[in-house]
Amino acid sequence: MVEQYYLAGFIAVSALATFATRVVPFLFFERHTEHPLVQHIGRYLPAAVMALLAIIFLRRSANWSASLPGLDALLPGLLVVVIHLWRRNALLSIAAGTIVYMTIQQTGWLL
Amino acid sequence: MNNIIFRLTLPILFGYLPLGMAFGVLFATQLDYAWWIAPLMGLVIYAGSGQILAVSLLAAHAGLVEVAIAMFVLNARHLFYGLSLLGQFRGAGWRKGYLIFGLTDETYSLLTSRPRSSDRQYEQDVDFRITAFNQAYWIIGCAAGGLLGELVAFNSTGIEFALVALFIVLTIEQIKALGDGFPLWAGAFSSGIAMLLVPATHQLITAITIVTAVLLLHYRWHRQSPAGVNHG
Repeated sequence: MVEQYYLAGFIAVSALATFATRVVPFLFFERHTEHPLVQHIGRYLPAAVMALLAIIFLRRSANWSASLPGLDALLPGLLVVVIHLWRRNALLSIAAGTIVYMTIQQTGWLL
Repeated sequence: MNNIIFRLTLPILFGYLPLGMAFGVLFATQLDYAWWIAPLMGLVIYAGSGQILAVSLLAAHAGLVEVAIAMFVLNARHLFYGLSLLGQFRGAGWRKGYLIFGLTDETYSLLTSRPRSSDRQYEQDVDFRITAFNQAYWIIGCAAGGLLGELVAFNSTGIEFALVALFIVLTIEQIKALGDGFPLWAGAFSSGIAMLLVPATHQLITAITIVTAVLLLHYRWHRQSPAGVNHG
């Protein structure tokens, strides 16, 4: 019984703490939507965050102790860039990169 | 319309199903709770790395204060996401609470990248559906993982690369839409510093803090160069 209360409390606390991180900007900056600084951040932050997410997760997807360090993820990553600049079809770029990455990981090629 | 939303969120499906399953399997194999607790956590917490951390906190029987702090710190990067969506979510009414609740990395990426018409209500409805579709994929993944537990032996190794590919594609789209490569260099710079200086668990929040600081400097520099801009 105690265990069930602990689990319920645990889930409630985790849910609230996670929601808190998402709701804070809306609580404190709502009135400043038109402020040039908030507009500036709002304009540039998504692209910057996307770039850093791509870089950090790309690095984590790679095997850096392989004989060709990191190539197992950098190659499919580069493929995504090239195909996307060529065709600008998001699903095509993502599918191509993912299939090549999966093939490399599952066959052990480049590892 | 749901057809369009499905197409738009398809990369998230490929990412969230295997990741949700990974969480569910971890949950089922590490802990002694009923399987449906896994999708329940996907429903009310809805945070990938947060839920995986939750498994180890539950296994260690961590105190609730510790849990609150750990969850908040781990998800602190979300503090910055809302800043770009203040205007977009304004006046969304009953949908707004859910739009904010569902603001994961991937949903944020889609919502800030897609082209928008001037019909705000329609666009907020699309945002709402994107968020709900994404969370549905996540919950289904959590449930499948929790149910199957150790039985899963599918060879989907590497399919989670779909999320990395999605971030790459969205970076290209964002830079093209902005017509300015600055955020790319700012993002590369800050993630480089973060990866050099801190361990993996703190890299995201460190990089996002640095990039926000860089954008503040960029803002000040921008304001100073053209003369006669009034102070806000």
